[in-house]
Amino acid sequence: MSGTALDISLTVNGERIAERVDARTTLVDFLRESLALTGSHVGCEHGVCGACIVRVNGEIVRGCLMLAAQCDGAKVETIEGLSDAGEITDLQTAFEQRNALQCGFCTPGMVLTAQDLLQRNGAPTREEIREHISGNYCRCTGYQAIVDAVESVAQTRAGAKK
Amino acid sequence: MKITDDSPPVLTALDRPNSYIGRAVPRPNLKRLTQGRGQYVSDVTLPRMAHVAYVRSPHAHAAVKSIKKTAAEKAPGVIAVVTGAELAKVMTPWVGVLTHLKGLKSAPQAPIAVERACWQGEAVCAVVARTRAHAEDACELVEVAYEELPAVVDPETALDGKTPVIHSSLGDNLCFERKLDVGKVDEAFASSDAVVETTFVTGRHTGVTNEPRSIVADWNEGEQRLTVYQGTQAPHMMQDLFAKHLGLRHAQVRVLTKDVGGSFGIKVHTYADEMATVALSKLLKRPVKFVADRIESFVTDIHARDHRIKAKIGVRKDGTITAFEIDDLTGIGPYSVYPRTSGIEANQVVNLVGGPYTTPNYRAQARVVFTNKNVMCQYRAVGHPVAVAVTEGLVELAAAKIGMDPLELRRRNLIADDAYPTQSAAGLKFEKLSHHEALAHLDSMMNYAGLRAEQKKLRDQGIYRGIGFASFIEVTNPSAAFYGVGGARITSQDGATVKLDAQGNISVHSGVTEQGQGAEAVLAQVAASAFGVPIERVRVITGDTDNTPYGGGTWASRAAGIGGEAAWQAGKALRANVLAVAGAMLQAKPETLDIRRGVVVDAATGAERLPLEELARVAYFRPDTLPSGVQAELMATRHYVPRGWPFAFTNGIQASYLEVDVDTGFVKLLKHWCVEDCGTIINPQLVDEQIRGGIVQGIGAALFEQCLYDERGQMLNGNMADYLVPMAAEMPDIECGHCVSPTADSELGAKGAGEAGTAGAPACVMNAINDALRPLGAAPLTDMPFMPGKILAALGKV
Repeated sequence: MSGTALDISLTVNGERIAERVDARTTLVDFLRESLALTGSHVGCEHGVCGACIVRVNGEIVRGCLMLAAQCDGAKVETIEGLSDAGEITDLQTAFEQRNALQCGFCTPGMVLTAQDLLQRNGAPTREEIREHISGNYCRCTGYQAIVDAVESVAQTRAGAKK
Repeated sequence: MKITDDSPPVLTALDRPNSYIGRAVPRPNLKRLTQGRGQYVSDVTLPRMAHVAYVRSPHAHAAVKSIKKTAAEKAPGVIAVVTGAELAKVMTPWVGVLTHLKGLKSAPQAPIAVERACWQGEAVCAVVARTRAHAEDACELVEVAYEELPAVVDPETALDGKTPVIHSSLGDNLCFERKLDVGKVDEAFASSDAVVETTFVTGRHTGVTNEPRSIVADWNEGEQRLTVYQGTQAPHMMQDLFAKHLGLRHAQVRVLTKDVGGSFGIKVHTYADEMATVALSKLLKRPVKFVADRIESFVTDIHARDHRIKAKIGVRKDGTITAFEIDDLTGIGPYSVYPRTSGIEANQVVNLVGGPYTTPNYRAQARVVFTNKNVMCQYRAVGHPVAVAVTEGLVELAAAKIGMDPLELRRRNLIADDAYPTQSAAGLKFEKLSHHEALAHLDSMMNYAGLRAEQKKLRDQGIYRGIGFASFIEVTNPSAAFYGVGGARITSQDGATVKLDAQGNISVHSGVTEQGQGAEAVLAQVAASAFGVPIERVRVITGDTDNTPYGGGTWASRAAGIGGEAAWQAGKALRANVLAVAGAMLQAKPETLDIRRGVVVDAATGAERLPLEELARVAYFRPDTLPSGVQAELMATRHYVPRGWPFAFTNGIQASYLEVDVDTGFVKLLKHWCVEDCGTIINPQLVDEQIRGGIVQGIGAALFEQCLYDERGQMLNGNMADYLVPMAAEMPDIECGHCVSPTADSELGAKGAGEAGTAGAPACVMNAINDALRPLGAAPLTDMPFMPGKILAALGKV
């Protein structure tokens, strides 16, 4: 049953947000339903598929396993914000060129996860890419195109640094 | 970023200047998806929209004695609590039968169960509330009194006299039966040097689309019109069904399909809870939204492939296959699914076993029985993965038995590449296939001899690797022979409208739908090429019954081959219309002109004569300046349906290379190859990605995926933690190759490519596992999925 409501203040994609949420409301439901940020998707609601991945205080988290109430004071970033900021444009372009998405439902979570890997490890092997995205379910592609796209961006970014 | 493209160019009528046919053009609609700006049905919100959640039967089979709604009706946010009996007054029931599957029978199914629930998960009551959370809360307060009834869970005993009959009006639990006996099967087995007989089991599994089934139904009482936002593969089919069962005219029903988060055949059926959602909108006169949660998906999305097949192959010492024989048994749940029926899968198994081979002797029996489990119906590559597992499993077991290389045995039996047109023992008609060319291509692509040498060397070191193959055929571009002839209102034709706008750009309106496979890209490529504009000047519109020609949508690998041909013809027709106007403006004969890169040119020299922008300006804003009698027709519609062949069969062969850890039973996939012939390749990248995605889906069936039920008909693993799907870390890289045998039934010559990967992969992985374990004396594994426990059992370790 719905119970306690809580007031939370946070930033979402740089915007200051103050809202009252049910204690039970998950972060992804809050983003989708209260803020209409529908780019983060709900696939399994139990932390397996990764379609709801967003960034909270710089770390990627599953929006279905975190409560909105836990985000009081947090800095939340979603696919919409990262797209507008241009932080992941190269990954998005590579996904488009390589057809690393079909239905696109997993893509926001997949791109955020890939960006997380590339921020930690600038030159991942294909095996490391596969391992890092192994919590993101894609039913369409068979993953190879995604690995290709992430690998190519890693190489391009590494080349740019040299 | 490597894009495999080894397809030879095909020069035909398609060889227009600046053609996009055969080019790996990126899909035009991807940016909104990579930026999270797609619009899936689960994202749709409308004014006054309510949410529905369903109370679902916890029993596999139970009488619903009473439903007490009072507490739920008083719960916060609740708008209505509606039972099956109440909803039956709004919507009529349906029966999933087809007349060309002779004898197929089923019982009437209602949007919400009335008096009796026939599987665990069937909805028995709806709760409509302001939010989904409120609706779910109130579901807990609906008091349903059930009387549990005996559940039929084992197909093996479903037809026994002492097993209860699920629908007494049907007389027994037999949904459909088919028998086939071709050639001289008994004589063929008697004259064989070796006969292999075994039983194959393909595990019941499901589609697990990343976006669950979703629908928003909006009955506007003022307009007397229903608008349905639905993640479906077949908007016009759903329009027809909503109209039929609500007593409406087609003009009163609009189905809109925007982005769909994966389909694979899951979203081409009539689901009771979706029908109920539509009926609730009509009843409540407001928009109602239903999005299945993951648990609901597992117990209500159609399952598939639950088959037990006793199978037999005869072979001579020289490798000649003498005969195939199968006895297939499949349990499809309590209802044949509407309107495609649940008889098609077993029917396809009968059709397809032995399909690539020349043997004329084939006997088959298939029985489709009712059970109290979730319904089964058509899922990507319908029947093919089962038939290919049986055929190719038998072929490799026979090869091992007579000590012949499995590729060599295939070479001696595959239908010759110059034998077409021909037909299979089961009567399938083949226009043109390329089994031998594909096999030779695969042999060299994978360096087969080298891999065998590596395998042998590693075995000496205690490392057990296996190589497995699967040749296959695949049904694509279905004509009316698939459903229409059986009385289903499922269209096999499709249409395209191509329209020139006032800036000289074109839009393509098509009856096929985009499920992520790239249909919109293919339509844009085809229309741009046929008409003569850069692809950036093409906008594609699909998924709207108000604004697209009547069409079948996306299923059975038909979008490119059928929808593409319609767009090709419409593009050509518009080009002719535009050139007629251009001829009048330029005082030239239209046949001396062409449209290239968006400009009317002199066909012989390519000299630019008139930009399309200028032509459109004159035609739309200054038609008074055109000669009298010249009326510009700047929109053209064409339809296409395959007429020459019932289906455009494709063919191919796959190979798997894997390593079995004989201590743990784990299988590590090292590499996978596929050579496939889908006729003209419109977009090589999209074809390859269909193949790859399909293969991984097939690998899931071979290694991980199974809907497990207990003896009471309870699904035991209806969540993604317990039901395993392929994830990135376990999947191999997949190399694709192509042969090109266009169909002459269309000018494009394109056949389908969406299901070939799924058709062949399970067989291929099974054969590779058995190849790996053969030197250890393990009994052949034929019971999918091949979990580590089964492999250890075969090795005698557990």
